[in-house]
Amino acid sequence: MVTELPTRAVPAPDEAMVRAILRTIADPEIPSVSIVDLGMVERVEVGSLGIDVELLPTFIGCPAQELIRELVIEALGSLGLPISVAFTFRVPWTSERITEQGREHLAAAGFAPPAEPGEVRCPYCGSSKVAMDSAFGPTQCRSLFYCPACRQPFEAFKPV
Amino acid sequence: MTATLMAASLRAALADLLLTMADDEFVIGFSDSEWTGIAPILEEDVAISSIAQDELGHARALYELLAGLLDDGRDADAIAFDRAPEAYRHARLLDHGRGDWAMTMARRFLYDTGDTARLEAIGEGWAPLAELVAKIRREERYHVMHMELWARRLAGAGGEARSRFVAALEDLAPDAPSVLAAAPDEAALLAAGILVRPMAETGAAWRQGVTRILGPLGINLDLESDAAPRTRRAPSADFRWLWGEFTSVRRSEVGATW
Repeated sequence: MVTELPTRAVPAPDEAMVRAILRTIADPEIPSVSIVDLGMVERVEVGSLGIDVELLPTFIGCPAQELIRELVIEALGSLGLPISVAFTFRVPWTSERITEQGREHLAAAGFAPPAEPGEVRCPYCGSSKVAMDSAFGPTQCRSLFYCPACRQPFEAFKPV
Repeated sequence: MTATLMAASLRAALADLLLTMADDEFVIGFSDSEWTGIAPILEEDVAISSIAQDELGHARALYELLAGLLDDGRDADAIAFDRAPEAYRHARLLDHGRGDWAMTMARRFLYDTGDTARLEAIGEGWAPLAELVAKIRREERYHVMHMELWARRLAGAGGEARSRFVAALEDLAPDAPSVLAAAPDEAALLAAGILVRPMAETGAAWRQGVTRILGPLGINLDLESDAAPRTRRAPSADFRWLWGEFTSVRRSEVGATW
């Protein structure tokens, strides 16, 4: 008698598959930008015993960390392996880690991508004649600006 | 060097350094967070709240490193909240209450400049601390810029703003060097590369930096370090009150997960 081996309904997960799923997870405060485009995903390792994901916090005290951890565990849950998500300071997150696509998505959502204060452009009209109202904005990672050209206040990511 | 291979004396010196840094950040962060909603102007309400949030984040990360190093069953929250007021190691400078806005700005100015000098003195000797400090430095840059701005604004305004700010600085000056008081067993930390220069040298660099900013504003403070210990033997009434505030939730339901 021949016993048929059970066939897997889904292929064994690999790193590309995990990264593709992570690409669908948005920053909880900026729904148009993924955590991948923000440069928060440092390392993905897929083994037969589980999936390890290492993330970089944008700011050390950012309260969104726990929420992002839960979102990652939930999103990768369908792969059927134990998930471990760790935040690390081994590599400091810097604003240069934001991808070109991430910068475009930020601008489309009304946030100026990180730049030194003199280099910031208005995300609405593109004017370079903008003024910083305050280095500190509603979240740790953003500053307050005003654009006199289109009379629009906006937020810019802090360069760190 | 891994924590398990560390000599007991070095581990104790490192634990003390982590606790002093964490307690400093925790106490000033919590204290300044009291301005949320009542700061003098809206932008500053946002700014001081954001700075306080940064400091509490730094404190949590430092307490987590300490919990891992001590490995005595306490987590970061237990270290932060489950001590008697006498067991906190924050600098005497931070034993002063937040007072009025001039006092809060003077305390922050003296602390942020001192803290920046201390962060610059942390070396690569213990990777987990070096990595965290690299990240903290990037955030503290904004705090120092902001405090220089306020120092210039208050001192340059003349009148009551200047007189209150200068009075607060003079009031705090005798305790300001306590942030950079010599670390216990500093020689061990230096030998291990966890510190790259003695605290006395760091203190001298800090005094020069403060003079560079305040000198042109016509403010001269006596910031010579004294021999008094870093921490007051008996915490001030201000700190006891603050302790009652920041431990109140934790004490209200012992052992609860929030």
